[in-house]
Parts: sequence; structure tokens; C-alpha cells
Amino acid sequence: MHEIVLLGINHKTAPVELRECIAFSGDESITALQSLHRQPDINEALLFSTCNRVELLFVTDNKNRTISAAKEFIADFNKIPLEQFNDALYIHEGDEAVRHVFRVASSLDSMVVGEPQILGQIKDAYHMATELKSSGVILNRLLHRTFFVAKRIRTETGIGDRAVSISYAAVELGRKIFGSLEGKIVLLVGAGEMAELAVEHLIRNKAVEIYVANRTFENGVELAKKFNGQAIRMEEITNFLEHTDIIISSTGSPDFVITRDQVKSVIRKRRSRPIFFIDIAVPRDIDPRVNRLTNSYVYDIDDLTGVVDDNLEDRRQEAIKGERIVDEAVINFRQWYDSLEVVPTIIALRNKMESIAAAEIKKTLQSNEIPEGSVSAIQKMAGALINKIMHDPTIFLKKDGMVGDKSLYIDTIRKLFKLDE
Amino acid sequence: MVILIIFTLLFYMFSSAAYCAYLFLQNNYLQRSGFFILMGGFFCHTAALIAGIAGAGHLPVANLHETLSFAGWAIAGVFLVIQFKFNLKILGVFAAPFVTLIMIAVSQLPNEPAQTANIFKSFWFISHIVAIFIGEAGFALACGLGLLYLIQENAIKTKRRRFFFKRLPSLDLLDATGYACIVVGFTMLTLGLITGFVYAQSVWGRFWSWDPKEVWAGITWLFYAALLHERLTVGWRGRRSAIMAIIGFGVLLFTFLGVNLLMDGHHKEFTRF
Repeated sequence: MHEIVLLGINHKTAPVELRECIAFSGDESITALQSLHRQPDINEALLFSTCNRVELLFVTDNKNRTISAAKEFIADFNKIPLEQFNDALYIHEGDEAVRHVFRVASSLDSMVVGEPQILGQIKDAYHMATELKSSGVILNRLLHRTFFVAKRIRTETGIGDRAVSISYAAVELGRKIFGSLEGKIVLLVGAGEMAELAVEHLIRNKAVEIYVANRTFENGVELAKKFNGQAIRMEEITNFLEHTDIIISSTGSPDFVITRDQVKSVIRKRRSRPIFFIDIAVPRDIDPRVNRLTNSYVYDIDDLTGVVDDNLEDRRQEAIKGERIVDEAVINFRQWYDSLEVVPTIIALRNKMESIAAAEIKKTLQSNEIPEGSVSAIQKMAGALINKIMHDPTIFLKKDGMVGDKSLYIDTIRKLFKLDE
Repeated sequence: MVILIIFTLLFYMFSSAAYCAYLFLQNNYLQRSGFFILMGGFFCHTAALIAGIAGAGHLPVANLHETLSFAGWAIAGVFLVIQFKFNLKILGVFAAPFVTLIMIAVSQLPNEPAQTANIFKSFWFISHIVAIFIGEAGFALACGLGLLYLIQENAIKTKRRRFFFKRLPSLDLLDATGYACIVVGFTMLTLGLITGFVYAQSVWGRFWSWDPKEVWAGITWLFYAALLHERLTVGWRGRRSAIMAIIGFGVLLFTFLGVNLLMDGHHKEFTRF
């Protein structure tokens, strides 16, 4: 009998040093998957490896042999003794394996719950398995269900809705102030990874003009080139405050770079249009009192961290809804999986034939004038027909006339006769 | 007629319930239901008004019951238009319960038919009434939007992003919609005053007679004119504009009800109860 088995390690069970040793690169994955699929008991196999997790998914005839073979394989392939990673390894079977795959793909099991990349990575892994023909009826079905479940969780829950990075949280706040960021003018003061990331997010949201002010003008020019913007001198900031909508500041200056008076003096010239300061620097670049001026808003790094924490909490709340969808999907998959058994298929096939025969007999009896005595003869004939038709397929299914993957035959029969509707 | 009013009230109540549920559950289906139920209520209300006109032979604004009902109708109508144009989902959370409250108040007020005067049939008089009430509805919504703006701005400024922060739209959208409401309100108020003057001229032979209602209407008009002027010249927007819209509506409410109830004048009879 086929069984679904999953082995894996992830960021919760293993430190990064260990995950590094076990992770498979792109080319390694191909050779690894091929040799795993060649193992005698393994009917279907899928290998999924990212920096946070390695998962091996099998459909096997003998789960114990497969598990130990897979462990040995990991040890041999990565040249690392089994004892070193055995404790970090988790093994799921049957429903639990299915649930795990669903949860991983839906990003319920991720380090940052709701991050969207994982689904694409699993799709790639599945693509590789189909190219190497290591996936079969069960894994095909399982993975398609997985994609469906992940998509459903993404649309029906808010698991991926809110920003969980500082730079994206800043952009999200900007949208709460300005509505659309289209056509907004951005001033970047200083430089830094987070600040530059925020600028990139803003450009993606159609902010048009980017100005860069830097203590060293040359560096500013360099950075401005990257954003297709324009470099200005630090002394010019006050003049530019009049036109900019969003200021991102990230300098190493010990004092405030933008003071309350500086902002206050331009409010009237700006005709009170809102102005949004994102202060990523420590110590802070922007006088916090600016936040109290009309239509100006200041968020410093702690405020933004607060936003991110809140959003992560929201995602966790939404994840609970996701778990419910997963539970449902596991039950559905189990039903399909059970239907792959021989006996239910034979019964379903017979039921289908009997219902067709019953319907046709009824039609015949209604439309023709058939003498009372012939009715039972017709019914008998129909029954005999069903028995004769069912005889060979039943023998075939029961006596293991099938060569190779049994589930393939059962699945074909179910599809051919539309038994799943 | 009575049955129509009852249906109107029921529709408004269900709409309010749907919008309140939307506020908590954030299910867009609820918001759409709220909108369409309110639209149903508005049609009922319109039918009731038409029935009233047919029955009395004039626009039914002869006592407080009828006047308030007409104000509720105008607010519902202006809300539907604004909602359709700006798709500001949260506005219904303010507008639907507001209209419902007005209609509840209406249902509690006695409706004794006043003796019909010829003035109700004058073109200028009808234009005056309709324009004034649409203008008032615009200002009422601007006041609601001002409140929503202040709530949202407070959430952003104090960095307490709780219940409302997630549910309210951007400051810009709230401000722009509020501005649109004030423009509508101001235009209609101006039209209403002009038609009122013309009517006064045709009846009493003078445009302006220092009636308390006239004076307060003038004050209201000047207040909103100042608001718009400041916005256009020095850019009073956002917080200040929101506060002004709320105060303005307070002045307007006084002009609409306070003057009639507390002071004397030739508008008094319209709010008798």
C-alpha cells in the first residue's frame, strides 16, 4: 500500500549552521531527486530546499525502509554523519505529512508568517519533480491541492496583508496619509540600506521625483544616479522642504538634521499640504516636535518597529483562520486518497452502472408497452449485463493485474467513469 | 403614506445595522448591502414625499415633522451621490445612523397638517427649500467626514494604530471628500439664499428684512465662505478644515433649529410641533 512520508528540517528545528550543510543547491537537487527516486520502494518523490528548510516528500510502499534510506542518503550526499542532524529531523506520515505540506506552502510555518515567496519556491520544486518525472498521481494531486489551498488562504485571510518590514511599513503609512503615492516627491537625506529600500518601495508605488542630500556631495550624486534622481546639498534641504512630500532620513549626525523651525517656516508656503517624515536614523535626525505641526507627520524607527510588531500580531491572528482552511483541505485530500483504494472504486463503478441501468429500464418501461411478465426478464438481463461487464475490471483490480503504480490505474478508472462527482 | 414612512425607517435601520457590522467585521459584502438597503430606503422616502406632495398639493415642509423628514431625505440623497462618486466606504457608518436618528425623531414628532398657504406653490419658494436642504445635507456629511478625519489623524499622530486606523481610509481621501461636500453645500446654500431673496422680494417687497433666520443664514454662509476662501488662498486643509467643518455644522444646526425654537421670525411656522 502507498504511503505519504515527509522528512525535513527547518528553522525551528535546526540552527543555520546545520541547515547550510543539508541544503541542496539547484543542481544538487536534481541529482539528489533522481537518485532518491531510483530507490526501490519510492514511487514518487519531491525535494524542496531553501535557506530556511529542506523537505523530502515521498510516496512509498515501505515507509520504514524509505525513511532510513532517505536519512542515509542525506548523510552520504552532504557528507555529514547522521547523528549530527537526526535530532533536528522531523518525520510526518499520512495526514500529518499532507497537513505539513499545506502549511508550509501557505506560509503558516514560515519564519515570517505570510511571506509570499515560499509558494513560488514550492512551485519550482514541483516543476523540477515533473520534469524529472519523479512525481506521480498522488504527488500531482497533492501539490495541486497545495497550490489551491495556499491561494485560498492568501485571498480569504489577511495573512499577507500588512507590512512586516520597516521600509514597507513606512510606505504603508504613507498611503494612509496621501492615499495614492503617485506623483509624490521624495527627499532622501543620508544613505543606508533600510532608507534606500524604502525609496525603492516608493518608486515602485509611482513616486516621481527623488532628491538625495548627502554630507559628501559625491556620494549623493552616486546614490541619486541609482534612483534616477537628483543630488542636492545639505544646506538646500530647507528650500526643498517646500516641495517634497516624503522625507526619509538616515544620517549619522548626532544632532537633528531637520528642526521644528525649519519645517514650521515652510508650512505656509506649502499651503499646508501634508508632509511625512520617516526617520530611520539613531540618534534621530528629525526633531520629534515636528510631529505636532499642522499636517506634518513624523515616524521614527521605534514607531515603525511598533507598526511592524502590530502587523505581525495581525498576521498571527489571520493565521488561525488559515489553519482552519488547512484542516478542511486535509480532510478532503484524505477522502480522495481513500478513494484510491481498490474496493471503493469497484463499488463506485458498480453503483454507477446500476444507476444507469435502473434509469434506462425506467425509461424503456414508460415509453413502450411491455407486458407485465417481461419486466422482470428485462431487469434480470440488465443485472446480468452489469455482472459481465464488471467481471474483467474487477479481476484486474483485485488480482493485482496492474503493473507498477497501482494508484495510476485506479485514478484513470475513476476519471474515465467520472466516479468522483 | 404612513406605511411608506415605516418602510423608509426600517430600511434606514437595516442599512445602519449593516454599516455598523461592516465597521467591525470589515466585510465588503456588508458595506454593499448597507449601501443598497439605504438606496431602497431613499426610494421609499422619495415615494413618501411624492405621496405627501400629491396629498397636500404642495411640498410638505409645513411643520417640524415634515421639515426634519425632508432634511433626512436630502442627507440620504446627497450621501448616495457622494458615495457613488468617491466610493468612500466608511462614510455610510456615519451617514446611515445619522439619517436613521433623524427619521426616528421624525416618527416621534406629531404631524398635524398646517393650513395651506399659497406660498408653498411658488417656484422660488420651492427652489429655496430644495436648495437649502441639499446644501445642509452636504454640510452634514462634511461634518461627518471632518470627524472621521480627526479620528484618523489622531491615530496617525499619536501612533496608536488600533481599531480605526485600519478601518478608515487615507487622510487625503477624507479631506478631498469633505472638501467636495463643502463645495456642494456652499453652492446649494448660495443658490438657496438667492432664491430666498428673490422670493422675499416678490412677497414682502424687500430682499432682506433682518429676520433672525436670515441673519443666522448669513452668518453660516460667511463662515463657510471664509473656510473656502482660506482653503483656496493659504491652503487650510486637513485638520483645520475638518474642525471648521464640524463647527460650521454646529452653526448650521443652530440656524436650522435653534433660531426657530429660540427666536422669533417669519420662518418659525415651518418648525412648529
